[in-house]
Amino acid sequence: MSVETILVFGEGDEGNPSGLTLELLAAARSLATNVEVFVAGDGAAMATELGAHGASKVYTTGPLDGKLVGVHAAAALQNHMETGSPDAVFFGQTPDGRDTAARLAVRIDQPVVTNNVGASIEDGALVVEEPVFGGTQNVFTAFRNEGPALALFRPKSFEAEAAGGSAAEVVTVDPVDPGAAGIAAVTGRHVEERSGPQLDDAEVVVSGGRGLGQPEAYEMVDELAGLIGAASGASRAIVDAGWVPYSKQVGQTGKVVKPNVYVACGISGATQHLVGMKGSKHIIAINKDPEAPIFGVADLGIVGDVHKVIPALIESLKSR
Amino acid sequence: MKVVVCVKQIPDPALPGELDPSTNYLKRDDKLILDESDSYGVEMALQLAEAAGGGQVSLVSMAPNGEVSGLRTALAMGAEDAVLISDDALAGSDALGTARVLGAAISRMSPDLVLAGVESSDGYTGTVPEMIAGVLEMPSITFAKQIEVDGNMVKVQRQTEAGYDDVECQTPALVSVTAGVVEPRYPSFKGIMAAKKKPVEELDLAALGIEAAAVGQSGARQETVRVTDAEERQAGEVIEDEGDAHEKIVEFLGELKIV
Repeated sequence: MSVETILVFGEGDEGNPSGLTLELLAAARSLATNVEVFVAGDGAAMATELGAHGASKVYTTGPLDGKLVGVHAAAALQNHMETGSPDAVFFGQTPDGRDTAARLAVRIDQPVVTNNVGASIEDGALVVEEPVFGGTQNVFTAFRNEGPALALFRPKSFEAEAAGGSAAEVVTVDPVDPGAAGIAAVTGRHVEERSGPQLDDAEVVVSGGRGLGQPEAYEMVDELAGLIGAASGASRAIVDAGWVPYSKQVGQTGKVVKPNVYVACGISGATQHLVGMKGSKHIIAINKDPEAPIFGVADLGIVGDVHKVIPALIESLKSR
Repeated sequence: MKVVVCVKQIPDPALPGELDPSTNYLKRDDKLILDESDSYGVEMALQLAEAAGGGQVSLVSMAPNGEVSGLRTALAMGAEDAVLISDDALAGSDALGTARVLGAAISRMSPDLVLAGVESSDGYTGTVPEMIAGVLEMPSITFAKQIEVDGNMVKVQRQTEAGYDDVECQTPALVSVTAGVVEPRYPSFKGIMAAKKKPVEELDLAALGIEAAAVGQSGARQETVRVTDAEERQAGEVIEDEGDAHEKIVEFLGELKIV
């Protein structure tokens, strides 16, 4: 197998491709001569930006009218792939990306490799790189299947970069009725209010964990974040406990962040969390347990009580 | 209402994981335990059955060497019975192979609702539940943070990048649940004793009518070409707070031109 065409499963909203989609385009461009995008939704509105990032064509189903994406996207993708025959399909590790890849894998009986952070071509085969055991080891997997390689990539694995191409050619694909499997319908959407810098692309992130002791203590994290122009994040422990919404979760099952500075407050540094923030340029950690794994990755570690250190830090920053 | 919960039995996450150098498979030599991610599915199933005024909660699991330790934990929580698929030919199965096996087992159980954790704590591909739905040609709603069953409708709050969506469909359906969705109960002593006598049906591939070549390593059609150690991040300075540690942080933020 050589890799000529890579199809990227494109996501985004209001006509803007997601950052992850553009990252995948950059990766695909470095591996294949032709890069195309498949959008389960309104792909036409994204054609200019997708083209600028190197896509030659964008296949689009048009709006899905409140249907849950995965099943419908996979059915349309399968139909498209009977004529389009890409060598690989790249998906972002998102809810819809995972659903679509999973449904497609069953439909076309091809394997999927998930959680990748890198890709290369070795001896004509696509090889993907997946971190395991909290990122202490990397497993490189080669696809040995006859059909297209299906791979999912974690956010921030590649650097998005415009290639200066013209708008991608828009090709409308026919919807395919997946039958009873496709009856799940979205009846309402709820967007959590977000203000200030966003976790995904903030220069500085301040996160809180179980060491805060109680939900109210998270207010100090927000206050500190506000003072230094940071986004506020959280460990899975306090998201599971219901202190803060999932949109703030940093880690394996939450967001991957790579800010200039990451400040971990009362976070012990479970593998689950480290995976999501280890790529930060600089890490500051405050925790009362000197044995906490977070100190193993911190540039500046403070062994101390967050309830003393953070208020003092806030006062000190305010008085400047 | 009949609910089938997919549960994975995994090596204790508190112990350091290791790949077998000869096969590059995750070592599963020690006793396996119930994946915490799946305890939420079990709890949710028990609560939904209770809310529906009764129902049957059954478990399905695929594990090597007839492993039942994790299943017993889930049975002790209150599930009624379990199906275990164990076969040497399954070693090295990928997500799709796993889904084909679990799907075949579930189709014999004729559930109204199939629950699974969003992703396991060891492999975390996060694709097996949706693949099972694909194998069963069943509707599915993934990433549920709340589930309600109303007659033959299942209504879910599905986590999204921006917040959550209300999603609904008719049963039979598969729903994957996020961690933290409910508080899993601790098995009582009585529950633990009762679990020892609950039926666990053990099946092999032949019983499910699945060809060995379609699963396991040959079915996976992928090869681990190498495993490398990741570059270790160097630990920096660690200081004990003597009441002035915040000044050190301000200084560091200053060097980085954040303040």
